[in-house]
Amino acid sequence: MQEIPIPSKKQPCHPLDDLIRTDRIPHIWCPGCGIGTVFSACLAALKGSGINLRKTVMVSGIGCSGRAAGYVKLDSFHTTHGRAIPFATGLKLANPELNIVVFSGDGDLFAIGGNHFIHAARRNMDLTVICVNNLNYGMTGGQVAATTPHLAKSTTTPVGNPETPFNLPLMAYACGATYIARWTMLHTRDLTDSITEAICKKGFSFIEALSPCPVNYGRRNKQKPMDMLKVYQEKAIIKNHADPSTLDIDFEKGIILGKFIDLDRPTFIEHYDKIYRPSRLQENVPELNS
Amino acid sequence: MEFWRVPFDADTIQVSLGIVHILEDRCKGCGYCIEYCPKQALEFSTKFNQKGYHPPIIVKPEECVNCHYCEIICPEFAIFSVESPSITEPGQAVTNPNFAVKVKQ
Amino acid sequence: MKPAVLTGEYFMTGDVACAEGALAAGCRFFGGYPITPATEIAERMAIRLPHVDGCFIQMEDEIGAMAAVLGASWGGVKSMTATSGPGFSLMMENIGLGICTETPCVVVNVQRGGPSTGLPTHGAQSDMMQARWGSHGHYEIIAMAPSSPQEIFYLTITAFDLSEKYRLPVLIMTDEIIGHMSEKVIIPEAKLIKTISRPRPKGRKNRFKPFAPGPNGVAPMPAAGEGYNLHITGLTHDEKGYPVMAVETQTEMMVRITEKIQRNLDDIIRTDSYLLDDAEIAVVSYGISARTSMAAVAEARKLGIKAGLLRLVTIWPFPEDQIRKLADRVKGFVTVEINLGQIHREVERCAGGKVPIFLVGHAGGAIIHPDSVVKLLKEAF
Repeated sequence: MQEIPIPSKKQPCHPLDDLIRTDRIPHIWCPGCGIGTVFSACLAALKGSGINLRKTVMVSGIGCSGRAAGYVKLDSFHTTHGRAIPFATGLKLANPELNIVVFSGDGDLFAIGGNHFIHAARRNMDLTVICVNNLNYGMTGGQVAATTPHLAKSTTTPVGNPETPFNLPLMAYACGATYIARWTMLHTRDLTDSITEAICKKGFSFIEALSPCPVNYGRRNKQKPMDMLKVYQEKAIIKNHADPSTLDIDFEKGIILGKFIDLDRPTFIEHYDKIYRPSRLQENVPELNS
Repeated sequence: MEFWRVPFDADTIQVSLGIVHILEDRCKGCGYCIEYCPKQALEFSTKFNQKGYHPPIIVKPEECVNCHYCEIICPEFAIFSVESPSITEPGQAVTNPNFAVKVKQ
Repeated sequence: MKPAVLTGEYFMTGDVACAEGALAAGCRFFGGYPITPATEIAERMAIRLPHVDGCFIQMEDEIGAMAAVLGASWGGVKSMTATSGPGFSLMMENIGLGICTETPCVVVNVQRGGPSTGLPTHGAQSDMMQARWGSHGHYEIIAMAPSSPQEIFYLTITAFDLSEKYRLPVLIMTDEIIGHMSEKVIIPEAKLIKTISRPRPKGRKNRFKPFAPGPNGVAPMPAAGEGYNLHITGLTHDEKGYPVMAVETQTEMMVRITEKIQRNLDDIIRTDSYLLDDAEIAVVSYGISARTSMAAVAEARKLGIKAGLLRLVTIWPFPEDQIRKLADRVKGFVTVEINLGQIHREVERCAGGKVPIFLVGHAGGAIIHPDSVVKLLKEAF
């Protein structure tokens, strides 16, 4: 286990306190909100992965999940709604040594930010994208999102959602992501392990983390926070390497979790350097097309 | 710990024990740590913290096995466990079911 | 590797000259999207940036392009993008983010007929007010208007210098005519080009406040990955960069981002003049229309009309003082611009009703002919 700071008599130090801006804690997330857990898993992964934290950056968008960038004690950027991924792209291209984690929500990444997700995955930009999927737009009060289940209630679908949600891992797979996993915040250790793998892996990694939104989604859909966790516990089916087209979330039949895709292909920077800046390639780089 | 029969390798088992630390003013009373502690060692306290929530208290400190689950499930960075310095001798927890851990303050 | 400064004499379009100016200024990142008539800037940068170990990327849309430009700037690299009207509108939210987070970068708008898709292949100067107020919220911006390919080379370097010195996006408001015209461009030796880079922090990293202003009102700027644990947000923030939803913080932040420009007008505002010293009528113009105006002023002088030209090089901040002083001594103003009256309103405002002001405008799509200006000078005065 990592070194634990020695607790003082006044206030013991949480093991992750060195990665949190403790002057801003308690954070703004609601009681029972799962974002804090996913954030905690992310920090534990960053610490445990052994990467250079000085060169690690968190970029987020707008929304409850986007607030995570404000709490992490690293270089962090809280950008405009949906635009975390292109901002992260610019950062990475300016300084390829940076390890960039994009931490944002389902609305930010897949509705307004959908186009940027598609292209960053297609380019295989070396980013790790953690999407906290709480099935709605939480920060603004609980509106319908691209991931809201069919017939669910939200403030903009007060009688029931007429739309059907995305299958996010399938979308990531179709766009070309090289690492795709889905966990819930209850499966915290698996989530931490996935994030560790994703960070250490080159290429576009995508992790969907299901999380309860008790105040905005839960209340309108008659779910107490603990109910959601019980659903995660009872309905989760862990199926690593499942076919992404089978991964629609069905809260009655089962939520399939696991690490679905883990493959290798050259990143944007590798291709760009090979074609345009061969002087940047080191001598012993293996053949990129193999 | 209760066993129907003593396992053959009982003398090699070393059960880890933990001390739970709670940062009460960070807690928002969600109850996840209480619900998911595998040893049911935590319960809601009756006191209020600064924000008006009931933080957890450890009701069975000797049961904590330092699994860290409360620490990782907590969304608030409000609870964590550390390894207890008074580790059991191998086999002790099995052969002596009334073993009580003395926790150094 | 090829040189960033392509010293020599060239017959070059404005777009290409802009790209070469950027490289000479130290730009090493371009995130763009094709749009007529700015595409050539992207194409030139795509070829040239790898020569100087820079990076070019064509993003999926202008919004992504502007976001990438801001990200690259925080990665420690001078960065830019180029677009035209429709793309400029799309970039507005992120330009606002650049202003609020005080991110240096350059945005080129090669203006074309608008509104909406408009006249993609014909020039206009109708985005001038948008340059000032296009993003939501109240802020100060720097926008420049070159009048020739040679000038766009130098103004691009100036734009980068001002953006680095004052930490904000600087706009180059050129037009399709300058962008696509070919003229002689002389690129000097590299050693003659001195560039400015963003102020660097000193002192202990853990005590550093990313938005605590320095002596000229601008905070030093580290890059990501240097160990400063920056938090940069578009939310109203205090000097540590933390979002604070309070009126006092909003006031402080607004004062910071506006005063760094308002207190340095002498350094920022650039104008040029032609036969203005004894002029009785001041013609105010910029960009390609300034060339029209120059020809018109010369012609008017032959006819005995004492006209003079005030050519605006910096459009924003607007040279209010100069207009006010001119209003005290001239008989009137004539604004010449390819729109139906945008900078005209600023001239009117600053002249304060002391003298009449006329507009030689144009709906867009063609250069104003000097004869139209001469005609007005004859009829009105």
